[in-house]
Amino acid sequence: MKKWVFLRAQRGIARWMRRDAAAAWLLLAPSAAGFAVFYLIPFVMGVMYSFMSNASEGGFAGLANYRELLASESFRKAASNTFYFSAVSVPLMLALSLGLALLLNGQIYLRKWLRTSYVLPLVVPVASVIIIWQMIFDWNGVLNYALSWFGISRVDWMKTEAARNVVIAVYLWKNVGYNVILFLAGLQQIPKDYYETAQLEGAGRFRQFYSITLVYLTTTTFFVVIMSIINSFKVFRETYLLAGDYPHDSIYMLQHYMNNMFVSLDIQKLTAAAALMVCGIMAVVLGLFGLERRYRRFME
Amino acid sequence: MRVMTTIHKSLLTLLLGLIGLLLLFPIVITFTNSLMTGGELLINYGTIGKLTEVTATGADTFVNLKWLPDKVTLAQYGELLVYSPNYLLLFWNSAGLVVPIILGQTAVAAMAAYAFAKLSFRGRDSLFLVYLLTMLMPFQVTLVPNYIMADKLGLLHTSGAVILPGIFAAFGVFMLRQFMLHIPYAYIEAAKMDGAGHLRIFLTVIVPMVKPGLAALVVLLFVDYWNMVEQPLIFIDDPFKQPLSVFLSRLSGEWDTVFAASMLYMAPMVLLFLYAETYFIEGVQLSGIKG
Repeated sequence: MKKWVFLRAQRGIARWMRRDAAAAWLLLAPSAAGFAVFYLIPFVMGVMYSFMSNASEGGFAGLANYRELLASESFRKAASNTFYFSAVSVPLMLALSLGLALLLNGQIYLRKWLRTSYVLPLVVPVASVIIIWQMIFDWNGVLNYALSWFGISRVDWMKTEAARNVVIAVYLWKNVGYNVILFLAGLQQIPKDYYETAQLEGAGRFRQFYSITLVYLTTTTFFVVIMSIINSFKVFRETYLLAGDYPHDSIYMLQHYMNNMFVSLDIQKLTAAAALMVCGIMAVVLGLFGLERRYRRFME
Repeated sequence: MRVMTTIHKSLLTLLLGLIGLLLLFPIVITFTNSLMTGGELLINYGTIGKLTEVTATGADTFVNLKWLPDKVTLAQYGELLVYSPNYLLLFWNSAGLVVPIILGQTAVAAMAAYAFAKLSFRGRDSLFLVYLLTMLMPFQVTLVPNYIMADKLGLLHTSGAVILPGIFAAFGVFMLRQFMLHIPYAYIEAAKMDGAGHLRIFLTVIVPMVKPGLAALVVLLFVDYWNMVEQPLIFIDDPFKQPLSVFLSRLSGEWDTVFAASMLYMAPMVLLFLYAETYFIEGVQLSGIKG
C-alpha cells in the first residue's frame, strides 16, 4: 500500500518534470534563491538607500543624495576616469586581440605553444603583478633606467598623467590572451569557401575582412566586449594595492570613490554612486544587445 | 615560392613568439628571482619606493633587474615552508574558500544554465538580463547591502560570507548557458522519446556534453577566487582565517620571500591550467561562438 503511494507520487513528479516551465523553475530554484539573497535583494536595498536621508531610520530624501553626489568634485572625477578608462581600453583590447588572433590564425609554427603563452598571464597573482609593476615603473625602475640612456630625466610614472596609460597596459597584458582564444575560435568557424567565393567575385582583402570576417565574428565580439568590461573593472585591485586609497588623480576610479565612501560610512553617497554606475552599465549592455540583434538579422 | 612561404611563416612565428615572451616576462622573472638569496634581492631592488637618485657611495639607484641569480638557492622556499607555519595555514585557508565556491557554483550554475539555454518559460530572457547585469557590476556596488545581509544571516566574520555569494555568482550561469546553446535540440528530443524527464536529460545528456565548458569554468573560477582580496578583507577580520591572497597583497616590500611566496601561490593555478589546458581552451572557445 505504502509502496504504491510512493510510486504514484514519483510518477507524478516525473510527469510534472517533463513539462518545460515547471522543470525550468525547479532547476533554477537553487540558483535563483541564492542569487536573490546575495545579489538582487542587496541591489534593490542599495537603490532604496540612495533615496533615503539615513539608512538606519530612513526618511525619504528624494533626489537629494544624487544632487549632492553630482555636486561632489571627487565623484565627477572618478566617474569620468572610469568612463574614460573603459572607453579607451575596451576598444583597444578588441583591436589588439582581434589582430593577434588573425595573425595566430595564419600560417605559423608552434601555434599551440604560442597560444599557451598568451593565456598564462591570467594566472599571475596580484602580488607578482605589483612587484613587476614597481620594478618597471618606479622612480628607480627599469623604464627610467632605459630612458636615462637617451638622457631623459626620471619621471615618477605613477604620480603623473601617465599612470592612466600604465594601468591600461597592465589591463591589456593580463587579459589579451583570453580574448585572443575567443576570437581564434570564432575565426575557425567561418566557412573557408566564403572567402573563395568573395575572391572570385573580385572582393579585395579589406572588403573580405570587412564583410565576411567582421560580420561572422559579431557574436564572439559581443562576448568579448562583455568579458572585457568585467575585466576592466577588475584592474582596480592591482591599482588599489599599488597606489592605495588615494592614487594619482588620473587613476582615481569609481571603485576608489565607493571604497572611500564605505570607509567614511557615507552610505547615501555610496549607494547613489552605485545606482548611477549600474545605470551606465545597463545602457551599455542594452546598446550592445540591440546592435547584436540587428547584426544577426543582417547575417540571416 | 615554397621558400617564400617558409620565410614568411618563420617571421610571423618570430613576431608572435616575441609578443608571447613579453607576456610571459613577469612569470619568468618571478621564477628566477625566487631562487636568489634575500641579500641579493635587497641589493637589486632595495631602492624601489625611494625617491633618491644617488647612493651614499655615489652609484646610481636604479633597480638591477636580473634574469639569473648569482647563487641558486632554495632559501626563500625554506623560509616559507619550514620556518613560517603561518604560510601553510593561509594556503589552507585559501583552499577552504575556493574549493566550496568552485564545486557549489559549478553545480548550481549548470542547472540554471540548462533552464536558461534549453527550456522555455515566461520571463526567461528578462531574468537572464538581470543575471547578466549583476555579473557586470563591480563588487563595491552592492557592498553595503551585502554587508548588512551577511550580518542579518549571521555570516559576518565567517568564511560563509565569502563562500555563499561566491556560489551564487552569475558568471557560471552565463558561461555555461553560452555553452549549452550549441547542443542541438535533437539530443533532448531523443531522450524525451525514451521517456527521460528533464532531470535525467540534464544529468545523462547535457552534463557529459558540456565537460569542456565545465573544465573551462573551473579554471576561470579558480583563478578568480584564488586571487580575491577585497571580499575576505571586508568580511573576515580574523587575520588567521584570511586567505593567502590577502597576505600576499601586503608583502610587496619584503624582498626576501615575496618571489618564492608568489611562485608557491601561483603553482596550483598553473598546474590546474596546464592539466586542463586542452579542455580549457576548447571550453572557452565554444562559449564565445554563439551568443
